[in-house]
Amino acid sequence: MAYLLQQLINGLTLGSIYGLIAIGYTMVYGIIGMINFAHGEIYMIGAFVAVIAFTAFSNLPLVVAIMLVLLFSMVITAAYGWTVERVAYRPLRGSFRLAPLISAIGMSIFLQNYVQLLQGARNKPVPPMIQGGFTVMQEGTFTVQLSYLQIMIVVTTLVLMAGFTHFINTTSLGRQQRACEQDKTMAALLGVNVDRTVSLTFVLGAGLAAVAGVMVTLYYGVVDFYLGFLAGLKAFTAAVLGGIGSLPGAMLGGILIGLIEALWAGYFSSEWKDVAAFSILVLVLIFRPQGLLGRPEVEKV
Amino acid sequence: MMLQVEGVHTFYGAIEALKGVDLHVDEGEIVALIGANGAGKSTLLMTICGVAKARRGRITFAGSEITAERTDDIVRRGVACSPEGRRIFPRMTVLENLRMGALTADPERYDENLAAVFELFPRLKERAQQRGGTLSGGEQQMLAIGRALMSEPTLLLLDEPSLGLAPLVVKQIFEAIRRINAQRRMTVLLVEQNAHHALRLAHRGYVLVTGQITMTGTGQELLENPEVKAAYLEGGHA
Ligand SMILES: Nc1ncnc2c1ncn2[C@@H]1O[C@H](COP(=O)(O)OP(=O)(O)OP(=O)(O)O)[C@@H](O)[C@H]1O
Ligand SMILES: [Mg+2]
Repeated sequence: MAYLLQQLINGLTLGSIYGLIAIGYTMVYGIIGMINFAHGEIYMIGAFVAVIAFTAFSNLPLVVAIMLVLLFSMVITAAYGWTVERVAYRPLRGSFRLAPLISAIGMSIFLQNYVQLLQGARNKPVPPMIQGGFTVMQEGTFTVQLSYLQIMIVVTTLVLMAGFTHFINTTSLGRQQRACEQDKTMAALLGVNVDRTVSLTFVLGAGLAAVAGVMVTLYYGVVDFYLGFLAGLKAFTAAVLGGIGSLPGAMLGGILIGLIEALWAGYFSSEWKDVAAFSILVLVLIFRPQGLLGRPEVEKV
Repeated sequence: MMLQVEGVHTFYGAIEALKGVDLHVDEGEIVALIGANGAGKSTLLMTICGVAKARRGRITFAGSEITAERTDDIVRRGVACSPEGRRIFPRMTVLENLRMGALTADPERYDENLAAVFELFPRLKERAQQRGGTLSGGEQQMLAIGRALMSEPTLLLLDEPSLGLAPLVVKQIFEAIRRINAQRRMTVLLVEQNAHHALRLAHRGYVLVTGQITMTGTGQELLENPEVKAAYLEGGHA
Protein backbone atom coordinates (compact mmCIF):
# COMPACT_ATOMS: atom_id res chain seq x y z
CA MET A 1 0.00 0.00 0.00
CA ALA A 2 2.71 2.43 1.02
CA TYR A 3 4.81 1.40 -1.92
CA LEU A 4 1.89 1.92 -4.29
CA LEU A 5 1.25 5.36 -2.85
CA GLN A 6 4.86 6.32 -3.40
CA GLN A 7 4.69 5.19 -7.02
CA LEU A 8 1.51 7.19 -7.52
CA ILE A 9 3.17 10.31 -6.14
CA ASN A 10 6.18 9.84 -8.38
CA GLY A 11 3.98 9.07 -11.37
CA LEU A 12 1.84 12.12 -10.86
CA THR A 13 4.91 14.33 -10.76
CA LEU A 14 6.34 12.84 -13.91
CA GLY A 15 2.93 12.89 -15.55
CA SER A 16 2.54 16.60 -14.88
CA ILE A 17 5.69 17.25 -16.84
CA TYR A 18 4.53 15.05 -19.72
CA GLY A 19 1.15 16.72 -19.67
CA LEU A 20 2.63 20.19 -20.03
CA ILE A 21 4.65 19.07 -23.03
CA ALA A 22 1.73 17.14 -24.52
CA ILE A 23 -0.38 20.30 -24.72
CA GLY A 24 2.03 21.71 -27.29
CA TYR A 25 1.73 18.61 -29.47
CA THR A 26 -2.01 18.57 -29.31
CA MET A 27 -2.54 22.28 -29.94
CA VAL A 28 -0.25 22.34 -32.95
CA TYR A 29 -1.85 19.22 -34.33
CA GLY A 30 -5.25 20.78 -33.78
CA ILE A 31 -4.48 23.92 -35.70
CA ILE A 32 -2.25 22.81 -38.56
CA GLY A 33 -2.72 19.06 -38.53
CA MET A 34 0.94 18.15 -38.16
CA ILE A 35 3.01 16.48 -35.47
CA ASN A 36 5.67 18.97 -34.43
CA PHE A 37 8.51 16.54 -33.86
CA ALA A 38 10.77 19.38 -32.81
CA HIS A 39 8.60 20.05 -29.77
CA GLY A 40 10.67 17.73 -27.57
CA GLU A 41 13.71 19.83 -28.43
CA ILE A 42 11.81 22.99 -27.59
CA TYR A 43 11.28 21.51 -24.14
CA MET A 44 14.97 20.61 -23.96
CA ILE A 45 15.85 24.23 -24.78
CA GLY A 46 13.51 25.31 -22.00
CA ALA A 47 15.51 23.12 -19.61
CA PHE A 48 18.84 24.52 -20.82
CA VAL A 49 17.67 28.10 -20.45
CA ALA A 50 16.62 27.13 -16.93
CA VAL A 51 20.10 25.82 -16.10
CA ILE A 52 21.73 28.97 -17.44
CA ALA A 53 19.27 31.22 -15.68
CA PHE A 54 19.53 29.37 -12.36
CA THR A 55 23.27 29.85 -12.46
CA ALA A 56 22.85 33.54 -13.24
CA PHE A 57 20.29 34.13 -10.50
CA SER A 58 21.90 31.91 -7.87
CA ASN A 59 22.45 34.86 -5.52
CA LEU A 60 18.82 35.88 -5.40
CA PRO A 61 16.32 34.53 -2.87
CA LEU A 62 15.01 31.17 -4.01
CA VAL A 63 11.43 32.17 -4.73
CA VAL A 64 12.49 35.20 -6.75
CA ALA A 65 15.04 33.12 -8.62
CA ILE A 66 12.49 30.48 -9.56
CA MET A 67 10.02 33.11 -10.74
CA LEU A 68 12.68 34.81 -12.84
CA VAL A 69 13.89 31.51 -14.26
CA LEU A 70 10.35 30.56 -15.25
CA LEU A 71 9.86 33.91 -16.91
CA PHE A 72 13.16 33.82 -18.78
CA SER A 73 12.75 30.26 -19.90
CA MET A 74 9.21 30.81 -21.10
CA VAL A 75 10.06 33.93 -23.07
CA ILE A 76 13.19 32.56 -24.71
CA THR A 77 11.71 29.14 -25.41
CA ALA A 78 8.58 30.74 -26.84
CA ALA A 79 10.82 32.72 -29.19
CA TYR A 80 12.35 29.44 -30.35
CA GLY A 81 8.90 27.93 -30.85
CA TRP A 82 7.82 30.93 -32.87
CA THR A 83 10.95 30.83 -34.99
CA VAL A 84 10.66 27.11 -35.71
CA GLU A 85 7.17 27.64 -37.11
CA ARG A 86 8.22 30.61 -39.22
CA VAL A 87 11.35 29.01 -40.59
CA ALA A 88 10.50 25.34 -40.92
CA TYR A 89 6.73 24.99 -41.24
CA ARG A 90 5.06 28.09 -42.59
CA PRO A 91 6.89 28.09 -45.93
CA LEU A 92 5.68 24.51 -46.41
CA ARG A 93 2.02 25.17 -45.72
CA GLY A 94 0.02 24.05 -48.73
CA SER A 95 2.82 21.71 -49.76
CA PHE A 96 2.37 17.95 -49.77
CA ARG A 97 1.38 16.41 -46.45
CA LEU A 98 4.68 14.81 -45.52
CA ALA A 99 6.80 17.88 -46.20
CA PRO A 100 6.29 19.61 -42.82
CA LEU A 101 6.78 16.29 -41.05
CA ILE A 102 10.16 15.81 -42.67
CA SER A 103 10.99 19.42 -41.92
CA ALA A 104 10.03 18.83 -38.28
CA ILE A 105 12.35 15.86 -37.97
CA GLY A 106 15.11 17.94 -39.54
CA MET A 107 14.39 20.76 -37.12
CA SER A 108 14.54 18.35 -34.21
CA ILE A 109 17.97 17.06 -35.22
CA PHE A 110 19.16 20.58 -35.95
CA LEU A 111 18.16 21.85 -32.50
CA GLN A 112 19.83 18.90 -30.77
CA ASN A 113 23.06 19.56 -32.59
CA TYR A 114 22.77 23.28 -32.07
CA VAL A 115 22.50 22.90 -28.30
CA GLN A 116 25.23 20.27 -28.29
CA LEU A 117 27.56 22.66 -30.11
CA LEU A 118 26.69 25.66 -27.96
CA GLN A 119 26.55 23.92 -24.59
CA GLY A 120 28.71 20.85 -25.03
CA ALA A 121 27.73 17.21 -25.03
CA ARG A 122 28.23 16.65 -21.33
CA ASN A 123 25.52 16.75 -18.65
CA LYS A 124 24.82 20.10 -17.09
CA PRO A 125 24.05 19.85 -13.40
CA VAL A 126 22.34 22.34 -11.16
CA PRO A 127 22.63 22.13 -7.39
CA PRO A 128 19.49 20.92 -5.61
CA MET A 129 17.51 23.97 -4.62
CA ILE A 130 14.26 22.81 -3.13
CA GLN A 131 14.86 20.14 -0.56
CA GLY A 132 12.82 18.42 2.06
CA GLY A 133 9.24 17.30 2.17
CA PHE A 134 6.70 15.38 4.15
CA THR A 135 6.65 11.84 5.29
CA VAL A 136 3.17 10.84 4.25
CA MET A 137 3.10 7.45 5.91
CA GLN A 138 5.29 4.80 7.35
CA GLU A 139 4.82 1.08 6.75
CA GLY A 140 7.42 -1.14 8.33
CA THR A 141 10.74 0.17 7.06
CA PHE A 142 9.22 1.87 4.04
CA THR A 143 8.42 5.57 4.25
CA VAL A 144 6.31 7.37 1.71
CA GLN A 145 7.88 10.71 0.84
CA LEU A 146 6.18 13.67 -0.71
CA SER A 147 8.78 16.32 -1.43
CA TYR A 148 8.12 20.03 -1.55
CA LEU A 149 9.42 19.95 -5.08
CA GLN A 150 6.86 17.35 -6.10
CA ILE A 151 4.12 19.46 -4.59
CA MET A 152 5.39 22.48 -6.44
CA ILE A 153 5.53 20.63 -9.76
CA VAL A 154 2.04 19.20 -9.49
CA VAL A 155 0.48 22.41 -8.20
CA THR A 156 2.16 24.58 -10.83
CA THR A 157 1.04 22.20 -13.53
CA LEU A 158 -2.55 22.07 -12.34
CA VAL A 159 -2.72 25.85 -12.04
CA LEU A 160 -1.26 26.30 -15.52
CA MET A 161 -3.59 23.74 -17.03
CA ALA A 162 -6.61 25.33 -15.42
CA GLY A 163 -5.51 28.78 -16.52
CA PHE A 164 -4.78 27.62 -20.04
CA THR A 165 -8.12 25.84 -20.35
CA HIS A 166 -9.84 28.98 -19.16
CA PHE A 167 -7.90 31.04 -21.69
CA ILE A 168 -8.84 28.77 -24.61
CA ASN A 169 -12.48 28.44 -23.58
CA THR A 170 -13.41 31.95 -22.62
CA THR A 171 -11.16 34.63 -24.08
CA SER A 172 -11.41 36.17 -27.52
CA LEU A 173 -7.94 34.93 -28.47
CA GLY A 174 -8.86 31.46 -27.27
CA ARG A 175 -12.00 31.54 -29.37
CA GLN A 176 -10.00 32.67 -32.38
CA GLN A 177 -7.62 29.80 -31.76
CA ARG A 178 -10.49 27.31 -31.72
CA ALA A 179 -12.05 28.92 -34.78
CA CYS A 180 -8.83 28.42 -36.75
CA GLU A 181 -8.71 24.86 -35.55
CA GLN A 182 -12.20 24.20 -36.91
CA ASP A 183 -12.20 26.19 -40.14
CA LYS A 184 -9.33 28.51 -41.07
CA THR A 185 -11.05 29.99 -44.11
CA MET A 186 -14.14 30.89 -42.14
CA ALA A 187 -12.03 32.28 -39.32
CA ALA A 188 -10.31 34.57 -41.82
CA LEU A 189 -13.71 35.54 -43.22
CA LEU A 190 -14.62 36.81 -39.78
CA GLY A 191 -11.45 38.85 -39.44
CA VAL A 192 -9.13 36.43 -37.66
CA ASN A 193 -5.46 36.76 -38.60
CA VAL A 194 -4.82 33.06 -39.16
CA ASP A 195 -1.03 33.23 -39.44
CA ARG A 196 -0.79 35.16 -36.22
CA THR A 197 -3.05 32.64 -34.50
CA VAL A 198 -0.88 29.74 -35.67
CA SER A 199 2.17 31.59 -34.35
CA LEU A 200 0.40 32.16 -31.04
CA THR A 201 -0.27 28.42 -30.79
CA PHE A 202 3.43 27.63 -31.17
CA VAL A 203 4.35 30.33 -28.67
CA LEU A 204 1.90 29.04 -26.07
CA GLY A 205 2.92 25.41 -26.60
CA ALA A 206 6.58 26.34 -26.25
CA GLY A 207 5.88 28.42 -23.15
CA LEU A 208 4.26 25.46 -21.42
CA ALA A 209 7.09 23.16 -22.54
CA ALA A 210 9.50 25.67 -21.01
CA VAL A 211 7.75 25.35 -17.66
CA ALA A 212 8.11 21.58 -17.97
CA GLY A 213 11.80 22.14 -18.76
CA VAL A 214 12.29 24.24 -15.63
CA MET A 215 10.49 21.63 -13.52
CA VAL A 216 12.53 18.75 -14.87
CA THR A 217 15.72 20.68 -14.25
CA LEU A 218 14.74 21.13 -10.64
CA TYR A 219 13.53 17.54 -10.32
CA TYR A 220 16.46 15.68 -11.80
CA GLY A 221 19.09 18.35 -11.29
CA VAL A 222 20.74 17.62 -14.60
CA VAL A 223 20.05 18.23 -18.29
CA ASP A 224 21.64 17.21 -21.56
CA PHE A 225 20.98 17.96 -25.21
CA TYR A 226 19.30 14.59 -25.71
CA LEU A 227 16.72 15.24 -23.01
CA GLY A 228 13.95 16.17 -25.43
CA PHE A 229 13.97 13.01 -27.46
CA LEU A 230 12.44 10.51 -25.06
CA ALA A 231 10.36 13.02 -23.15
CA GLY A 232 9.05 14.35 -26.45
CA LEU A 233 8.08 10.88 -27.61
CA LYS A 234 6.33 10.14 -24.36
CA ALA A 235 4.47 13.44 -24.35
CA PHE A 236 3.46 12.72 -27.92
CA THR A 237 2.24 9.31 -26.77
CA ALA A 238 0.33 11.08 -24.02
CA ALA A 239 -1.32 13.37 -26.56
CA VAL A 240 -2.36 10.39 -28.69
CA LEU A 241 -3.55 8.48 -25.64
CA GLY A 242 -5.71 11.40 -24.56
CA GLY A 243 -6.91 12.02 -28.11
CA ILE A 244 -4.70 14.17 -30.32
CA GLY A 245 -6.25 17.59 -30.79
CA SER A 246 -7.99 17.45 -27.42
CA LEU A 247 -6.68 19.78 -24.73
CA PRO A 248 -8.08 17.94 -21.70
CA GLY A 249 -6.99 14.74 -23.45
CA ALA A 250 -3.36 15.88 -23.50
CA MET A 251 -3.45 16.70 -19.79
CA LEU A 252 -5.10 13.43 -18.87
CA GLY A 253 -2.85 11.47 -21.22
CA GLY A 254 0.27 13.04 -19.72
CA ILE A 255 -0.72 12.17 -16.19
CA LEU A 256 -1.68 8.61 -17.19
CA ILE A 257 1.62 8.04 -18.98
CA GLY A 258 3.48 9.28 -15.92
CA LEU A 259 1.51 6.95 -13.67
CA ILE A 260 1.89 3.96 -15.98
CA GLU A 261 5.60 4.54 -16.19
CA ALA A 262 6.05 4.88 -12.44
CA LEU A 263 3.94 1.81 -11.68
CA TRP A 264 5.72 -0.22 -14.32
CA ALA A 265 9.10 0.82 -13.00
CA GLY A 266 8.00 0.13 -9.45
CA TYR A 267 6.47 -3.28 -9.98
CA PHE A 268 8.13 -4.80 -13.01
CA SER A 269 11.40 -3.43 -14.16
CA SER A 270 12.77 0.06 -14.34
CA GLU A 271 14.96 -0.88 -17.25
CA TRP A 272 11.90 -1.54 -19.38
CA LYS A 273 9.88 1.46 -18.23
CA ASP A 274 10.12 3.20 -21.58
CA VAL A 275 8.55 0.20 -23.23
CA ALA A 276 5.47 0.58 -21.05
CA ALA A 277 4.53 3.96 -22.48
CA PHE A 278 4.95 2.87 -26.05
CA SER A 279 3.09 -0.40 -25.53
CA ILE A 280 0.20 1.71 -24.36
CA LEU A 281 0.51 3.78 -27.53
CA VAL A 282 0.24 0.67 -29.69
CA LEU A 283 -2.76 -0.61 -27.74
CA VAL A 284 -4.51 2.73 -27.99
CA LEU A 285 -3.90 2.96 -31.71
CA ILE A 286 -5.38 -0.50 -32.18
CA PHE A 287 -8.42 -0.32 -29.90
CA ARG A 288 -9.26 3.35 -29.65
CA PRO A 289 -7.49 5.28 -32.39
CA GLN A 290 -9.23 8.54 -31.50
CA GLY A 291 -7.80 8.35 -27.95
CA LEU A 292 -9.58 8.57 -24.62
CA LEU A 293 -11.11 12.03 -25.03
CA GLY A 294 -10.66 12.47 -28.76
CA ARG A 295 -13.59 12.75 -31.08
CA PRO A 296 -14.30 10.17 -33.73
CA GLU A 297 -13.15 11.02 -37.24
CA VAL A 298 -16.59 11.50 -38.72
CA GLU A 299 -18.74 14.37 -37.64
CA LYS A 300 -21.58 16.33 -39.07
CA VAL A 301 -20.41 19.72 -40.21
CA MET B 1 -19.27 53.27 -55.54
CA MET B 2 -19.02 50.71 -52.76
CA LEU B 3 -17.61 47.75 -54.64
CA GLN B 4 -16.07 47.60 -58.07
CA VAL B 5 -14.87 44.44 -59.80
CA GLU B 6 -12.97 45.03 -63.04
CA GLY B 7 -11.82 42.36 -65.46
CA VAL B 8 -11.27 39.76 -62.75
CA HIS B 9 -9.86 36.37 -63.71
CA THR B 10 -9.67 33.67 -61.06
CA PHE B 11 -8.13 30.24 -61.53
CA TYR B 12 -8.23 26.95 -59.66
CA GLY B 13 -5.00 25.43 -60.90
CA ALA B 14 -5.47 25.45 -64.65
CA ILE B 15 -9.26 25.86 -64.50
CA GLU B 16 -10.34 29.40 -65.24
CA ALA B 17 -13.42 29.89 -63.09
CA LEU B 18 -13.81 33.64 -63.70
CA LYS B 19 -13.00 34.94 -67.17
CA GLY B 20 -12.90 38.68 -66.84
CA VAL B 21 -15.82 39.66 -64.62
CA ASP B 22 -16.97 43.28 -64.40
CA LEU B 23 -19.50 44.20 -61.75
CA HIS B 24 -20.20 47.01 -59.37
CA VAL B 25 -22.38 47.59 -56.36
CA ASP B 26 -23.38 51.08 -55.27
CA GLU B 27 -23.82 52.16 -51.71
CA GLY B 28 -27.18 51.13 -50.30
CA GLU B 29 -28.00 48.76 -53.15
CA ILE B 30 -29.13 45.17 -53.11
CA VAL B 31 -27.56 43.44 -56.10
CA ALA B 32 -28.45 39.87 -57.09
CA LEU B 33 -26.06 37.58 -58.89
CA ILE B 34 -27.71 34.64 -60.59
CA GLY B 35 -26.34 31.82 -62.70
CA ALA B 36 -26.35 28.08 -63.19
CA ASN B 37 -24.40 25.60 -61.07
CA GLY B 38 -20.70 25.99 -61.64
CA ALA B 39 -21.04 29.42 -63.26
CA GLY B 40 -18.57 30.89 -60.78
CA LYS B 41 -20.87 32.77 -58.39
CA SER B 42 -19.27 31.48 -55.22
CA THR B 43 -15.85 31.95 -56.76
CA LEU B 44 -16.66 35.61 -57.35
CA LEU B 45 -17.67 36.14 -53.72
CA MET B 46 -14.55 34.32 -52.52
CA THR B 47 -12.40 36.44 -54.82
CA ILE B 48 -13.93 39.63 -53.42
CA CYS B 49 -13.07 38.36 -49.91
CA GLY B 50 -9.53 37.43 -50.92
CA VAL B 51 -10.01 33.74 -50.20
CA ALA B 52 -9.48 32.98 -53.88
CA LYS B 53 -6.98 35.34 -55.49
CA ALA B 54 -7.68 37.20 -58.72
CA ARG B 55 -4.87 36.45 -61.13
CA ARG B 56 -5.78 39.43 -63.25
CA GLY B 57 -8.06 42.38 -62.77
CA ARG B 58 -8.84 44.76 -59.97
CA ILE B 59 -11.22 44.89 -57.02
CA THR B 60 -11.90 48.11 -55.15
CA PHE B 61 -13.91 48.50 -51.99
CA ALA B 62 -14.94 51.94 -50.71
CA GLY B 63 -12.24 53.57 -52.81
CA SER B 64 -9.31 51.30 -51.81
CA GLU B 65 -7.89 48.52 -53.91
CA ILE B 66 -8.24 45.21 -52.11
CA THR B 67 -7.31 42.80 -54.93
CA ALA B 68 -4.24 41.35 -53.22
CA GLU B 69 -5.19 42.06 -49.65
CA ARG B 70 -5.43 39.36 -47.00
CA THR B 71 -8.93 38.13 -46.17
CA ASP B 72 -8.96 39.32 -42.57
CA ASP B 73 -7.84 42.80 -43.65
CA ILE B 74 -10.64 42.97 -46.22
CA VAL B 75 -13.12 41.86 -43.58
CA ARG B 76 -11.87 44.49 -41.17
CA ARG B 77 -12.71 47.12 -43.79
CA GLY B 78 -16.37 46.23 -43.34
CA VAL B 79 -17.12 43.26 -45.60
CA ALA B 80 -18.99 40.29 -44.16
CA CYS B 81 -19.79 37.03 -45.85
CA SER B 82 -22.19 34.19 -45.28
CA PRO B 83 -20.39 31.69 -47.47
CA GLU B 84 -21.46 28.68 -49.46
CA GLY B 85 -21.81 25.63 -47.22
CA ARG B 86 -22.55 27.86 -44.20
CA ARG B 87 -19.28 26.96 -42.49
CA ILE B 88 -20.58 27.06 -38.94
CA PHE B 89 -17.91 26.25 -36.36
CA PRO B 90 -19.22 22.83 -35.40
CA ARG B 91 -17.65 22.60 -31.95
CA MET B 92 -18.68 26.05 -30.84
CA THR B 93 -22.06 26.94 -29.42
CA VAL B 94 -24.49 29.13 -31.33
CA LEU B 95 -23.54 32.00 -29.06
CA GLU B 96 -19.82 31.48 -29.60
CA ASN B 97 -20.37 31.42 -33.36
CA LEU B 98 -22.15 34.75 -33.07
CA ARG B 99 -19.38 36.16 -30.91
CA MET B 100 -16.90 35.17 -33.59
CA GLY B 101 -19.04 37.16 -36.01
CA ALA B 102 -18.70 40.20 -33.76
CA LEU B 103 -14.91 40.02 -33.73
CA THR B 104 -14.39 43.08 -35.93
CA ALA B 105 -17.36 45.04 -34.58
CA ASP B 106 -17.47 47.65 -31.87
CA PRO B 107 -17.76 45.63 -28.61
CA GLU B 108 -20.06 48.28 -27.20
CA ARG B 109 -22.67 47.37 -29.79
CA TYR B 110 -22.46 43.62 -29.18
CA ASP B 111 -25.58 43.35 -27.00
CA GLU B 112 -27.65 45.40 -29.38
CA ASN B 113 -26.53 43.45 -32.44
CA LEU B 114 -27.11 40.16 -30.67
CA ALA B 115 -30.64 41.20 -29.73
CA ALA B 116 -31.27 42.18 -33.36
CA VAL B 117 -30.10 38.78 -34.63
CA PHE B 118 -32.22 36.97 -32.03
CA GLU B 119 -35.20 39.04 -33.04
CA LEU B 120 -34.61 38.10 -36.66
CA PHE B 121 -34.10 34.40 -35.85
CA PRO B 122 -35.80 33.58 -32.53
CA ARG B 123 -34.80 29.97 -33.11
CA LEU B 124 -31.17 30.89 -32.54
CA LYS B 125 -32.02 32.33 -29.15
CA GLU B 126 -33.66 29.07 -28.09
CA ARG B 127 -30.60 27.18 -29.25
CA ALA B 128 -27.97 29.61 -27.95
CA GLN B 129 -26.06 26.96 -26.00
CA GLN B 130 -26.31 24.19 -28.60
CA ARG B 131 -23.21 23.24 -30.56
CA GLY B 132 -23.19 24.50 -34.13
CA GLY B 133 -22.49 21.07 -35.58
CA THR B 134 -25.69 19.66 -34.15
CA LEU B 135 -28.02 22.31 -35.59
CA SER B 136 -30.33 21.40 -38.45
CA GLY B 137 -29.37 22.63 -41.91
CA GLY B 138 -31.87 25.45 -41.80
CA GLU B 139 -30.78 26.53 -38.34
CA GLN B 140 -27.18 26.56 -39.52
CA GLN B 141 -28.21 28.79 -42.40
CA MET B 142 -29.84 31.22 -39.98
CA LEU B 143 -26.73 31.15 -37.84
CA ALA B 144 -24.47 31.83 -40.84
CA ILE B 145 -26.50 34.90 -41.77
CA GLY B 146 -26.78 36.03 -38.17
CA ARG B 147 -23.05 35.65 -37.70
CA ALA B 148 -22.37 37.79 -40.76
CA LEU B 149 -24.71 40.47 -39.43
CA MET B 150 -22.95 40.57 -36.06
CA SER B 151 -20.05 42.53 -37.56
CA GLU B 152 -22.34 45.32 -38.76
CA PRO B 153 -20.80 45.22 -42.21
CA THR B 154 -21.07 47.98 -44.77
CA LEU B 155 -21.10 45.31 -47.48
CA LEU B 156 -22.86 42.01 -46.88
CA LEU B 157 -22.13 39.09 -49.20
CA LEU B 158 -24.66 36.26 -49.08
CA ASP B 159 -24.13 32.99 -50.90
CA GLU B 160 -27.48 31.29 -51.38
CA PRO B 161 -29.08 32.33 -48.10
CA SER B 162 -32.33 30.53 -48.99
CA LEU B 163 -30.66 27.14 -49.46
CA GLY B 164 -32.31 24.41 -47.44
CA LEU B 165 -34.84 26.66 -45.77
CA ALA B 166 -38.61 26.23 -45.62
CA PRO B 167 -40.52 28.66 -47.90
CA LEU B 168 -41.82 30.61 -44.94
CA VAL B 169 -38.32 31.09 -43.53
CA VAL B 170 -37.03 32.06 -46.99
CA LYS B 171 -39.67 34.74 -47.08
CA GLN B 172 -38.61 35.95 -43.63
CA ILE B 173 -34.98 36.07 -44.63
CA PHE B 174 -35.62 38.03 -47.79
CA GLU B 175 -37.85 40.37 -45.83
CA ALA B 176 -35.08 40.75 -43.28
CA ILE B 177 -32.53 41.56 -45.96
CA ARG B 178 -34.87 44.22 -47.32
CA ARG B 179 -35.35 45.69 -43.85
CA ILE B 180 -31.67 45.71 -42.93
CA ASN B 181 -30.85 47.28 -46.26
CA ALA B 182 -33.47 49.99 -45.81
CA GLN B 183 -32.92 50.74 -42.13
CA ARG B 184 -29.17 50.46 -41.83
CA ARG B 185 -28.31 51.22 -45.45
CA MET B 186 -26.36 48.00 -45.53
CA THR B 187 -25.24 47.20 -49.06
CA VAL B 188 -25.94 43.61 -50.14
CA LEU B 189 -24.54 41.39 -52.87
CA LEU B 190 -26.69 38.31 -53.05
CA VAL B 191 -25.98 35.04 -54.87
CA GLU B 192 -29.13 33.02 -55.41
CA GLN B 193 -30.47 29.96 -57.16
CA ASN B 194 -33.86 31.24 -56.15
CA ALA B 195 -33.73 33.79 -58.99
CA HIS B 196 -37.32 34.84 -58.81
CA HIS B 197 -37.17 35.92 -55.17
CA ALA B 198 -33.73 37.41 -55.54
CA LEU B 199 -34.56 39.55 -58.55
CA ARG B 200 -37.75 40.79 -56.98
CA LEU B 201 -35.82 41.87 -53.93
CA ALA B 202 -32.79 43.34 -55.70
CA HIS B 203 -32.39 46.80 -57.15
CA ARG B 204 -30.15 45.39 -59.86
CA GLY B 205 -28.95 42.01 -60.98
CA TYR B 206 -26.25 40.27 -62.98
CA VAL B 207 -26.33 36.97 -64.82
CA LEU B 208 -23.13 34.94 -64.69
CA VAL B 209 -22.56 32.21 -67.29
CA THR B 210 -19.42 30.06 -67.14
CA GLY B 211 -17.27 32.75 -65.62
CA GLN B 212 -18.58 35.74 -67.56
CA ILE B 213 -21.29 38.31 -66.97
CA THR B 214 -23.74 38.00 -69.86
CA MET B 215 -26.55 40.26 -68.75
CA THR B 216 -27.26 43.02 -66.31
CA GLY B 217 -30.17 45.30 -65.51
CA THR B 218 -32.63 46.23 -62.83
CA GLY B 219 -34.29 43.38 -61.00
CA GLN B 220 -37.51 44.06 -62.86
CA GLU B 221 -35.81 44.12 -66.28
CA LEU B 222 -34.15 40.78 -65.67
CA LEU B 223 -37.36 39.26 -64.36
CA GLU B 224 -39.07 40.19 -67.59
CA ASN B 225 -36.18 39.25 -69.87
CA PRO B 226 -37.19 36.21 -71.96
CA GLU B 227 -33.73 34.62 -71.83
CA VAL B 228 -33.58 34.95 -68.06
CA LYS B 229 -37.12 33.61 -67.85
CA ALA B 230 -36.24 30.59 -69.94
CA ALA B 231 -32.98 29.78 -68.19
CA TYR B 232 -33.58 30.68 -64.56
CA LEU B 233 -37.23 31.29 -63.88
CA GLU B 234 -39.12 28.49 -65.60
CA GLY B 235 -41.53 26.61 -63.43
CA GLY B 236 -41.56 26.10 -59.75
CA HIS B 237 -42.04 29.54 -58.29
CA ALA B 238 -45.11 31.17 -56.88
N1 LIG C 1 -11.46 24.46 -55.12
C1 LIG C 1 -11.71 24.26 -56.43
N2 LIG C 1 -10.84 23.56 -57.19
C2 LIG C 1 -11.08 23.36 -58.50
N3 LIG C 1 -12.14 23.81 -59.14
C3 LIG C 1 -13.06 24.52 -58.44
C4 LIG C 1 -12.88 24.76 -57.04
N4 LIG C 1 -13.93 25.49 -56.62
C5 LIG C 1 -14.73 25.66 -57.69
N5 LIG C 1 -14.20 25.09 -58.78
C6 LIG C 1 -14.77 25.10 -60.13
O1 LIG C 1 -14.97 26.46 -60.51
C7 LIG C 1 -16.21 26.59 -61.17
C8 LIG C 1 -17.06 27.63 -60.48
O2 LIG C 1 -17.42 27.13 -59.21
P1 LIG C 1 -18.34 27.95 -58.21
O3 LIG C 1 -18.36 27.21 -56.94
O4 LIG C 1 -17.89 29.35 -58.18
O5 LIG C 1 -19.77 27.85 -58.92
P2 LIG C 1 -21.17 28.41 -58.44
O6 LIG C 1 -21.65 29.34 -59.51
O7 LIG C 1 -21.10 28.93 -57.08
O8 LIG C 1 -22.07 27.08 -58.48
P3 LIG C 1 -23.24 26.59 -57.51
O9 LIG C 1 -24.47 27.29 -57.93
O10 LIG C 1 -23.33 25.12 -57.81
O11 LIG C 1 -22.83 26.88 -56.14
C9 LIG C 1 -16.84 25.21 -61.21
O12 LIG C 1 -16.58 24.66 -62.48
C10 LIG C 1 -16.12 24.45 -60.14
O13 LIG C 1 -16.01 23.10 -60.48
MG1 LIG D 1 -21.85 28.32 -55.31
